[in-house]
Amino acid sequence: MSVRVFVPGDSTACALGADQVAAALVEQARSRGLDIDLVRNGSRGLFWLEPLIEVETAAGRVAYGPVSVADVAELFDRDLLAGGEHPLALGPTEQIPYLQQQTRVNFARAGVIDPLCIADYRRTGGFAGLDRALALSGQEIVAAIKTSGLRGRGGAAFPAGIKWQTVLDTAADQKYIVCNADEGDSGTFADRLLLEADPLQLVEGMTIAGLAVGATRGYIYVRSEYPRAFAVLRAAIALAREDGYLGPDVCGSGRAFELEARLGAGAYICGEETSLLESLEGRRGLVRAKPPLPAIQGLFGKPTVINNVLTLASVAAILARGADWYRALGRGRSLGTLPMQLAGNIRRGGVVELPFGMSLRALIEDFGGGTASGRPVRAVQVGGPLGAYLSADELDLPLDYEAFAAKRAMLGHGGVVVFDDSVDMAEQARFAMEFCVAESCGKCTPCRIGSVRGVEVIDRIRAGTQRADNLLLLKELCDTMEYGSLCAMGGLTPMPVRSAVEKFPEDFGA
Amino acid sequence: MDADTVDSRVAGVLDRLRHLPGALLPILHEIQHELGHVPAAAVPAIAAALNLSRAEVHGVISFYHHFRTAPAGEHVVQVCRAEACQAVGARALETHVKQRLGIGFGATTADGKVTLEPVYCLGNCACGPSVQVDDQLHARVSPQAFDNLLARLGVNS
Repeated sequence: MSVRVFVPGDSTACALGADQVAAALVEQARSRGLDIDLVRNGSRGLFWLEPLIEVETAAGRVAYGPVSVADVAELFDRDLLAGGEHPLALGPTEQIPYLQQQTRVNFARAGVIDPLCIADYRRTGGFAGLDRALALSGQEIVAAIKTSGLRGRGGAAFPAGIKWQTVLDTAADQKYIVCNADEGDSGTFADRLLLEADPLQLVEGMTIAGLAVGATRGYIYVRSEYPRAFAVLRAAIALAREDGYLGPDVCGSGRAFELEARLGAGAYICGEETSLLESLEGRRGLVRAKPPLPAIQGLFGKPTVINNVLTLASVAAILARGADWYRALGRGRSLGTLPMQLAGNIRRGGVVELPFGMSLRALIEDFGGGTASGRPVRAVQVGGPLGAYLSADELDLPLDYEAFAAKRAMLGHGGVVVFDDSVDMAEQARFAMEFCVAESCGKCTPCRIGSVRGVEVIDRIRAGTQRADNLLLLKELCDTMEYGSLCAMGGLTPMPVRSAVEKFPEDFGA
Repeated sequence: MDADTVDSRVAGVLDRLRHLPGALLPILHEIQHELGHVPAAAVPAIAAALNLSRAEVHGVISFYHHFRTAPAGEHVVQVCRAEACQAVGARALETHVKQRLGIGFGATTADGKVTLEPVYCLGNCACGPSVQVDDQLHARVSPQAFDNLLARLGVNS
């Protein structure tokens, strides 16, 4: 009888050699006359342990990691297939504290199942939400999403149910569901992990959204920097169509929903929803002025639900397990779970999904284990390149949208980038402006020109040229960008800049 | 590749994809996938097929970092410049890479082996610095590891 062995096919795992490890496992097993059934699962999101391989034993799945090709022969010598002892042995996977202490909703199946196996997905509760949704009216589905308190996970945290209600209430011959999988923020990889590890969850969530608002077509816009995620997603869509979960007659209900994955082309701005819609329509990714809201005039001028990957994926669990179950997680107006992503200079980087409310310090110290370099944490950027830098003494902030907003910071898409004390915060502020120069769509002046001037002003400050005057000028420039820009790109670029100047004045020559 | 081949490959792509809603990006991706770049000579045919002006098609090609209008080197090396990689030494790696290859971003080595590009995040932020060579992602790339990568590509500049 063959033993199931799991080796992640995830981007990060493969960047650390998982493909080579998989090949070595097959080769060693063959040469020893042992029968293994190799499964390329997604990652569990414990990236510091990748490549993390798992063996299915009589006592459940046990993990080993990080495994390199050089370890494989010795692992077999120590009876790998029976879960034998080895310095790389991590014990039962589910009992690894980093994983055990999480509350996984979006990532409950990540790394557990074969991402391209409908039977695996169903066996682990998949499509239960869709089954329920098919028995409800559109209004009942929208009401459940409203009750759940689900807010957009892309960054703006707008209540999803209200957006959906607007689309449901707007009469049109065609409506669309669009998934924003243009995860461009540095320090974020939760969308990528979900697409690679459990893409059917997104397919299910989008289908439910279509049933809810009366949309028969959906698009998923995936960034071109994620070739593997795109390939897995396309394969998942094809499987779902083959098995009747997508197409003209979803699960025999007589209702249609078609889904197509589209590839971006390396423009950060296309993560902004209106720019993404322009791009899907085949144009330059220029931001649109709002109103009209996409919910009323979105893709091809039609009412459109546009949500992030995690928002749409959450819908499947909310329908399956109930809105009240979901809202019981979290606190205040931040309900449910938030997958945080520990990145940058961190000892144990990965995805940590928890109900809202845990402190940033607990996340970085207890889960992350502090910096990878072993030096003290000096700054933490939360919420991507447009998020504020926090200083080491601000880490007791709870992970909650309102608590962050009160500190002029944002939780955004949950990316946490840790820097040690070797960071030069003036250089980081300059980079924030430089990034805006590279990625501004160019439609509005404060963003297009302001960012160029911002780089120049920061260069003068760093060179010590009329420092006080230039700091004042930088502040005024930030005001202009913040209040005068059309979208969050120009409007939020001042956030990392200002926070760096205010919290780390010594790096700006003070 | 001669002009007739380019024309017929472009025509084939247009035949297959022109009927998609919002077809331009899928068409450009497919042409770049087949030809390695989107040649200027392809623009009039694309414009005619989609009832757009040539300026509109050119505008889209030039807007997106991903599309190239000239062939790349044998290998495309992308070095992540974003914050999570900066926190673990991406700036030093970038300096090393440029010095080692003797070129800046957007350039190709004289022997045509390597085109160097910046990239802003490859989604490998827990295990940076990140480098992508063609479609293969590499994690925790130190300057030494980068030299080893080059050696495996057969680049010894």
